[in-house]
Amino acid sequence: MSVTDLAAKDADWARRRNSALRVFPLITLALFLGPVAAGLIGTMLPAFGYLPALGGETLSWAPWRSLLAAPGLGESVRLSFVSGLATTVVALTVVILFCAAWHGTQGFARIQRLLSPLLSVPHVTVAFGLAFVLAPSGWILRLVSPWATGLERPPDIIIAQDPAGLTLIAGLAIKEIPFLFLMTLAAIGQVDAARTRTMARTLGYGPIAAWLKTVFPQVYPQIRLPVFAVLAYAVSVVDVAIVLAPTTPPPLAVQLVRWFNDPELAMRFVASAGAILQLAIVAAALLAWWIGERLVICLGKRWIRTGWRWRRDIWLRRAAAIALIGGFAIAFFSLLSMALWSVAGRWRFPAGLPDSISLGTWVDNADRLTAAGWNTLSVGLAAAAVALVFAVGCLENEARFGRRATNRALLLLYLPLLVPQVAFLFGAQIMLIVLNIDGSWFAVAWSHLVFVLPYVFLSLADPYRSWDDRYARTALCLGAGPWRVLRCVKLPMLLRPILVAVAVGFAVSVGLYLPTLFAGAGRFDTLTTDAVSLAASGNRRIIGAYALMQMLLPFLAFALAAAVPAWMFRHRRGLRVTH
Amino acid sequence: MRALGFLTLFLTMAIFASSPMAQADTWVETVTKARGQTVFWNAWAGDERINAYIEWAGEQVKNRYGVAVQHVKLSDTAEAVSRVVAEKAAGRTEGGSVDLIWINGENFAAMKRNDLLFGPWTANAPNYQFVDTIGKKTTTIDFTVPVDGLEAPWGMAQFVFMYDSNSLPTPPTSIKGLLNWAKENEGRFTYPQPPNFIGTTFLKQALLGLIEDPAVLQKEVDPAKFDAMTKPLWQYLDALHPVMWRSGKVFPQNGPAQHRLLDDGEVDIALSFQPSEASSLIARGALPESVRTFVLKGGTVGNTSFLAIPFNAKARDGAMVLANFLMSSEAQARKQNPEFWGSGTVLAMDKLPITEQNRFGNLKLGVATLSPKELGPTLLEPHTSWVTALEEAWAARYAAGK
Repeated sequence: MSVTDLAAKDADWARRRNSALRVFPLITLALFLGPVAAGLIGTMLPAFGYLPALGGETLSWAPWRSLLAAPGLGESVRLSFVSGLATTVVALTVVILFCAAWHGTQGFARIQRLLSPLLSVPHVTVAFGLAFVLAPSGWILRLVSPWATGLERPPDIIIAQDPAGLTLIAGLAIKEIPFLFLMTLAAIGQVDAARTRTMARTLGYGPIAAWLKTVFPQVYPQIRLPVFAVLAYAVSVVDVAIVLAPTTPPPLAVQLVRWFNDPELAMRFVASAGAILQLAIVAAALLAWWIGERLVICLGKRWIRTGWRWRRDIWLRRAAAIALIGGFAIAFFSLLSMALWSVAGRWRFPAGLPDSISLGTWVDNADRLTAAGWNTLSVGLAAAAVALVFAVGCLENEARFGRRATNRALLLLYLPLLVPQVAFLFGAQIMLIVLNIDGSWFAVAWSHLVFVLPYVFLSLADPYRSWDDRYARTALCLGAGPWRVLRCVKLPMLLRPILVAVAVGFAVSVGLYLPTLFAGAGRFDTLTTDAVSLAASGNRRIIGAYALMQMLLPFLAFALAAAVPAWMFRHRRGLRVTH
Repeated sequence: MRALGFLTLFLTMAIFASSPMAQADTWVETVTKARGQTVFWNAWAGDERINAYIEWAGEQVKNRYGVAVQHVKLSDTAEAVSRVVAEKAAGRTEGGSVDLIWINGENFAAMKRNDLLFGPWTANAPNYQFVDTIGKKTTTIDFTVPVDGLEAPWGMAQFVFMYDSNSLPTPPTSIKGLLNWAKENEGRFTYPQPPNFIGTTFLKQALLGLIEDPAVLQKEVDPAKFDAMTKPLWQYLDALHPVMWRSGKVFPQNGPAQHRLLDDGEVDIALSFQPSEASSLIARGALPESVRTFVLKGGTVGNTSFLAIPFNAKARDGAMVLANFLMSSEAQARKQNPEFWGSGTVLAMDKLPITEQNRFGNLKLGVATLSPKELGPTLLEPHTSWVTALEEAWAARYAAGK
């Protein structure tokens, strides 16, 4: 075959590929941005008084006037804004300092292994455990009472739900640290971090200074969107806030869910206006962050120029290690406490351990746990699988046409993670009712897809893009068509990252609370919706059982994602994990 | 052929001749139509014993009437109201997703006011005839709003206080006594945060004990006089909160959460709307053996909770069959049994046949449950407008931050 022949064949393929692949990015965007857009409109109209079913037939400012007159609104807004920013600052600082201090050491590699179990657990599961571990009648005090503290009764001090929201910040930060850590690790892999750092070290810089001055400026742009996502999430979180945030008043997002559910139906208007306000708060928080970035850049440049070597940084390196490992330890301790509660018999303060162990909780609730477990499993797998198809479709489209996702396209992908859920879910619920699919399995799976797809895409994008294209060219030269190359060469070689992406998507789906609640019309129970509705009752045994299930499902997904390729590739040395 | 024709004619006449017969037939029709339907029963699910009871009831009607029941678990009944509203907003006037709601008070008032309920229907349900509509007035007047056959009575509730007799040997007997005790024992009392219904009921109970003229509570609240009339309540709470658990800055979010505080030893008193709840919690190992119940002199607030069907319910017949079963002496007796739930029956004993009365007579009250005599009089719930007014005023004072 001559070169021109090859070129002609190539062009022919390109035409045929067009039809099938070109539509992928469009369908993907429509499928997951459609509900967000429709939902925002459906929330925006009632915010200005338009909702004919409740007698709102003209546009007015009345909902806003009522909103501004609501007692405690200012405090709610302040709490959301401050706790969101503080969470992001704390989590990012710990992660960056730890990476700066320990990147390249053996301990660093070991810590990475602790990541996935923590990442895969829903936020609210950690929050449940934390609420018990830290409470005045909680595990830490039980373990040291009465022998060390002399306490026979729990002390009357405020820890969980403190008015300043410190426990909320701690609970969120503990969960966001592993996420940002993972994102930073991925970014480190993209830049030549090891050699850059070594170079700076040979110039006499201390470990932290070397990393902060040379690696961090390259890494941060890559983790910027994940940081934004963390910020937007922390400002508008509901489920964790129900467990850990103060209630007099609660953060705005919690107050909004309460208003949407108020028996006084006119409150829906106020709630809608509040949802738009929540959107504005997220925007304000992002703006504040952006200003902070400019400030850090400005000061950072000056700091770099001073040439300060900062060799005596061992105290800060230790502090960073204590902060990160301490956070991990508290998270594991929290999860352990929930597992223990699920099999606890009588367990009163100040006993350090339950008086007896019993499977009663599991036996009594077996039916409900199984039902909720199946729902969680089926929706999670479906959403993750569909997300995978779209992610592969988009990435393959990009690979064949050599078009890389621009930053703007990436922003679209992050949109569902940046827009607060309460701001569009009420509107989306009305849309689902109009389509007559609310409360169905399909509706819930679709709503999960909106949040699962970005994670699956992001998790798969890097391995997919960095796959060595020469394999494909070799296969093409041997006469295989592009689809066969994809099926027989590319996808099998990418099996490991593909399964990890599915596991990530599944784990995200397990933890989704508000989307399940709204799209499921409340009659679709998953482990997370059941657990949160039980959370307020404070029955730790049954919450423990749900928490353990919430840990187990994602863990199994990740375990399978590791085991299946290991087994499939047992005879292929080149595809084994080398590190 | 002719014989058959006569028979048909005769039967038709018989059906149209007597109206009670016609009514019975309507119910038979309901039961027939109900077969094969699935009832989405929206009920508060914060207590796993109640969830287990609901599951049991679902199995019974499945076996007997072929009606499947799906418990839609709510953390707040208003969620179901909200869903019906959303459906009305989307123009879904039939085939709605909510078939039966466990409801009362302001949720019922809101649905009735907005024409979101189906009915009247309760009189058609055969078991309704056994309901004690005379002795238990709250079965026909729900928080001063007339029920008008739009919801079927399901359970009786009376406000009681649980206490740990080990740390609190002699409980207070009046709302003022409670304050004095709280002052001497700082940090040992709290109540669920309004608008949780237990918390709001505590406010009403306190108001009943403090207000000059309790009769005004039965009428719609007069916004102009509200501040003056409720002043004693706010003075009382201003004195109480600083000596409460967490200095009144943090509140448990509902009744069960406060039971856990009692179990953890963080407080000495917890509140409940079920006189037998303490006993059943002890039996389950969720409260210490030393817990007992007390009420205030002069009586405590009581009400009835109901079952209502939304205007657009899909399985309307199935919902009626389920509600009728839930009003049967069998279901009511199991509900009153503290082993399963421990919630008071709505039925009148003297209306029931002797054999069915025995289902109730043989129930054991449980170690911490007061006898009906000790429980004292039931005070009527204030008009629903007071609920909103009290909750708003409370939020503005105590939940708006500093």
